[in-house]
Amino acid sequence: MATHSVLVLLDTPTIEVRSAAKELLTLARNIGEPVAVAFEAPNEKTIEQLKEYGVRRLFLGTVEGGASHHLTPVAAELLAQAVEMTQARAVLASPTFENKEISARLAYAIGAGLVIDTVKVGLEGDNFVGYKRVFAGSWDVDCTIRTPIAVATVRANAVIPAPADTPSESLEIVEFSVAPSELATSAYMVSRTEHAPIAGGSGRPKLAEAAFVVAGGRGTNGDYGPVEELADALGGAVGATRDAVDEGWIEHDAQIGQTGVTVAPRVYIGAGISGAPHHRGGMQASGIIIGVNSDADAPIFEICDFGVVGELQDVLPQAAAAIRAYKEGQYEI
Amino acid sequence: MRIVVPVKHVPDIHSDRSFTEEGRVARGAQDGTLNELDENAIETALRLVEAFGADEREAHEVIVLTIGPADADGAIRKAYQLGADRGIRVTDDLLAGSDIFGTARAISGAIRKISAEGPIDLIITGMAALDGLGSVIPSLLAAELELPQLTLATKLTVENGVIEITRELDGVTEVLTATAPAVLSVTDHINTPRYPNFKLIMAARTKDIATWTLADIDVDPSEVGTAGARTKVTKSAPRPPRELAQLVNDKGEGGLALAEYLIKNDLV
Repeated sequence: MATHSVLVLLDTPTIEVRSAAKELLTLARNIGEPVAVAFEAPNEKTIEQLKEYGVRRLFLGTVEGGASHHLTPVAAELLAQAVEMTQARAVLASPTFENKEISARLAYAIGAGLVIDTVKVGLEGDNFVGYKRVFAGSWDVDCTIRTPIAVATVRANAVIPAPADTPSESLEIVEFSVAPSELATSAYMVSRTEHAPIAGGSGRPKLAEAAFVVAGGRGTNGDYGPVEELADALGGAVGATRDAVDEGWIEHDAQIGQTGVTVAPRVYIGAGISGAPHHRGGMQASGIIIGVNSDADAPIFEICDFGVVGELQDVLPQAAAAIRAYKEGQYEI
Repeated sequence: MRIVVPVKHVPDIHSDRSFTEEGRVARGAQDGTLNELDENAIETALRLVEAFGADEREAHEVIVLTIGPADADGAIRKAYQLGADRGIRVTDDLLAGSDIFGTARAISGAIRKISAEGPIDLIITGMAALDGLGSVIPSLLAAELELPQLTLATKLTVENGVIEITRELDGVTEVLTATAPAVLSVTDHINTPRYPNFKLIMAARTKDIATWTLADIDVDPSEVGTAGARTKVTKSAPRPPRELAQLVNDKGEGGLALAEYLIKNDLV
């Protein structure tokens, strides 16, 4: 087994290692030694989780001179320094828009090959390969990286997260700092405001990373109660269509589609959603697709594994109740 | 004000999209189109130059720039229909097989040539191309051209050369400023692109499109195309279509059927 370092960028070191980051660590361990990178100090929970996943070193980067590490060109310079210090052969990150920008600037700066939105990264001979699912999930593509260093963003729910057989006994935190270039700080961050969770569901997983997604469209008529109820019964996230967001029924963060959040959960349930191409482009790579629509001719049924023709206001609460009962051991089929 | 809008000619998302044996996106003239998200960039540029008033419109310029074979002229003609002033297509056999770095290098080469004719104030792109969906070209252009990057704008103001954008990311809103010139990308929430008017549609048919080669834009062929690509598609295959769904008509037990489907398939 190769022993080169594979860097994993942590999105939420101050909170926990979320399941998407656990997937990245699992993937990193398959292709080298997983090394974590963070730009904010990890809390105890994060440290313990990193040890469970076999991580022995965390590189903690800070910016000299007061610029925000949320400026993506600045973050890229921090990451480039971590690559230099670890002689890493690969860098993995979750596919947020910020991380795509960071990955692009990093790869540009260090002459690395870049593959965006892979479902997995592997090593074939001496080359890293990014496996992608493209054109709304209709094609599989292997992208071979021809440079010594590979940078990739990896979608959630493509790898089963697995703790290491032997957890690390300790986590060494290596602090470093970078004076960002004039170019990286040529844009100034005036403000940065975190949003409230979608539909007030603070206990729900992040939409882009959730294993279950229940999405509602025009058919909800603006009432997301049934959608939320089923999402909560499944322990999933709530999503929406562009139409519903434009109507002001739900926050922009909930928008699934080519210009919103891309999801590929184990199970996607679309309720009152017709299945327009823009929405499909953001969810068609999901594991199992289920549609609920009162119109039997809705295009979403063409891409479904299972569908119910009916009113979502009836179907979703009934399904939620049955799932809750099943989870409590009171429902058998 | 001079604004350059890099645009892309992409396969229609309603068409059957595919890869060629060489691992490139198959591009046919008949179902190609201007990347829809580029219309938001063109609209942004037009509104900025139109804000100076109709009398001054001719003193300002919106230049659309694309890369590709002759088919890609379709994207520029569409931009002309919307009101763009000038179109340039960079084309060279040696560009075939370019990855995103090669593409960014070629676009930057053309922008440098435009800027040598006279200063550019802004470079505005769409948020992504609907074929690749990588969204990284704006960042790479900013790196290549050594300009500030202001990406994914949902709101934009430009006053006395100071640009301020608001960007809505997943879970966070950021406000950024920079001084022009800068590279901007705009999302589909920033505006609603106009419909072409009849006069412009007619004029767009015959309006001149300049074509530039790699030699014209002073880009080393070894840095673009297959030669310069850091990644290569080594395998591509269509996935089998999903089997037709099992549909249940809700006669009072549709929700139970849904729950049972999940339970029977070990999904919960």
